[in-house]
Amino acid sequence: MTEKKAIATRDAYGEALVELAAEDERIVVLGADLTGSTRTLWFAQKYPDRFFDFGIAEQNMLNAAAGLSLVGKIPWVSTYAVFVAGRAWEQIRTTTCYSNLNVKIGGAHGGISVGPDGATHQALEDVAIMRVLPNMIVIVPADYHETKKAVAWACKHVGPVYVRFGREPVPVVTKPEDPFIMGKANLIHDGNDVTIANNGPTLREAMEAVEMLKEKGISARLLNIHTVKPIDRKAIAKAARETGAIVTVEEHQVMGGFGSAVAEAVVQTHPVPMRFIGIQDRFGESGTPEELFEEFGLTAKHIVAAVEEVLKAKNLTS
Amino acid sequence: MVDQAKLKELEKIAHRIRCDIIWTLAHAQSGHPGGSLSATDFGVALYFYAVKHDCKDCCWPERDRVVFSKGHASPLIFSLLAESGYIERDELKTFRQFGSRLQGHPNLECAGIEVGTGSLGQGLSIAVGMALGLRMDGKPNRVYCVMGDGENQEGSTWEAIMSAGHYKLDNLCAVLDSNRLQIDGWVEDVMGLQPIAEKWRAFRWHVIEIDGHDMAQCVEAFDQAKQVKGQPTVIIANTVKGKGVSWMEDVAEWHGKAPKPDRCRDALNELACPAEYFDF
Ligand SMILES: Cc1ncc(C[n+]2csc(CCOP(=O)(O)OP(=O)(O)O)c2C)c(N)n1
Ligand SMILES: [Mg+2]
Repeated sequence: MTEKKAIATRDAYGEALVELAAEDERIVVLGADLTGSTRTLWFAQKYPDRFFDFGIAEQNMLNAAAGLSLVGKIPWVSTYAVFVAGRAWEQIRTTTCYSNLNVKIGGAHGGISVGPDGATHQALEDVAIMRVLPNMIVIVPADYHETKKAVAWACKHVGPVYVRFGREPVPVVTKPEDPFIMGKANLIHDGNDVTIANNGPTLREAMEAVEMLKEKGISARLLNIHTVKPIDRKAIAKAARETGAIVTVEEHQVMGGFGSAVAEAVVQTHPVPMRFIGIQDRFGESGTPEELFEEFGLTAKHIVAAVEEVLKAKNLTS
Repeated sequence: MVDQAKLKELEKIAHRIRCDIIWTLAHAQSGHPGGSLSATDFGVALYFYAVKHDCKDCCWPERDRVVFSKGHASPLIFSLLAESGYIERDELKTFRQFGSRLQGHPNLECAGIEVGTGSLGQGLSIAVGMALGLRMDGKPNRVYCVMGDGENQEGSTWEAIMSAGHYKLDNLCAVLDSNRLQIDGWVEDVMGLQPIAEKWRAFRWHVIEIDGHDMAQCVEAFDQAKQVKGQPTVIIANTVKGKGVSWMEDVAEWHGKAPKPDRCRDALNELACPAEYFDF
């Protein structure tokens, strides 16, 4: 693959907030002592009067955001995904979601690629526990452009939105002109033997897997599904019907996350064999992102192996 | 009163531990120096004076329990465990590396760790449970919990403080590393907590305030805490984040970033660490 510029999706988030704030003065940002690493510092520096540091007190921050939304503001709360989705979950559930409040949640440091900080700081469950909440929309952008579009979309939408960001730079693989429609998958590559459905910054691995499969004579369709909820049932049903096998890819527990969302759509529309690339019911650990991708089976090579396996299952059933 | 020879010995250990912290970070090239160095002196008083434990048997039922609620101080925690003999000092070189027992934030894979921590605002509640359980069984063991001052912003911490006061847990001693800094800056600027001693007192705790870098005061505070009956004790240790390395002292930036190898050498030189620490 050609070398592409790499930018972390958290950087795109920080940039987006600054840009969008200029257009809409209702946007305010709340932080919990992680202003630098969530990149909300850029907003805080430009708009100090519209930024509130709540200290290491996530639960209070969430309900303060709920309050701000009730008086007409568009609050973005952000800290690490583990602490925002995890610690403040019930506040999100019963205040923000139950009353369908206009609170935007930016979960930073999603996934295993957080690296040396280890299990405590690697959010591997956030998508599952956000997805289960009524009224919540869950988006995991894959790269710089997709992040900027997702954040802009979320500001326009009225209601709770959870957007997850990564710590590590990832290649910019989408284009500024690519459409971003909430709830709609993007076809990255067409194919008819199998579908790879990707969610989030693992897109680069999925793209590489498509190339590797091509060399093996396997034609893989690649769907990039940025919105986990609501899931694009139509695109998934079509892929199931036309390719007969699906492999999902996510940097998250396979239980309850994106793969499960795709499976729910598949079994209710056009059941086909599936395999799930993601974290297999384990906690993360310290290491470099590369070492961890290898250990936890998230690389292109692992996707290719899963495709070969699912194709065996497909051929048995057909 | 503890004798001068013992104090001198503890100060020597503290010096070694500071060298270990920098050395560990130099190898890992990632981790938290600031809050490790601020907690070093009382940490040494805790492990090598106050606490009853046995490095040969980390499950010894008669041991006191230590919960490091500020788990990000792992360079300090693992250095204390190495100095105590729970792990080999050489293993510190594997800190934060793939496959190491010495994870970014401590967990039960490492002998001498009582519980995995790293998510702030959880440790004191765990310590409350331990203290309640030990007291139920009529055990004399004490429970210690090391906390950050920024961590005091967590609501759950105040729930823990409230419950310990309510249950009069005099077998529980918290140490608050009052280095006045958190990640985003000064605690007072981010989310002010002063007057902090009054708050703990209002929640029915006995409060001891010390200079957390004065070994005699650290040792005496732990002694005094053991004498307090009918309420838990918090030692508010006034400290300097990054203590011992001039350019780290009171600088928020050194909270969670390892210095590059050259700067680690500068730090080791400033601390006058022996030659064997320069092997990276
Ligand atoms: C629940 C939770 N929120 C946020 C963090 C990220 N974090 C790690 S250390 C830290 C600052 C801690 O400040 P303080 O308690 O004062 O510790 P010290 O100064 O002793 O390092 C933060 C916000 C965390 N570990 N846990
Ligand atoms: Mg502090």
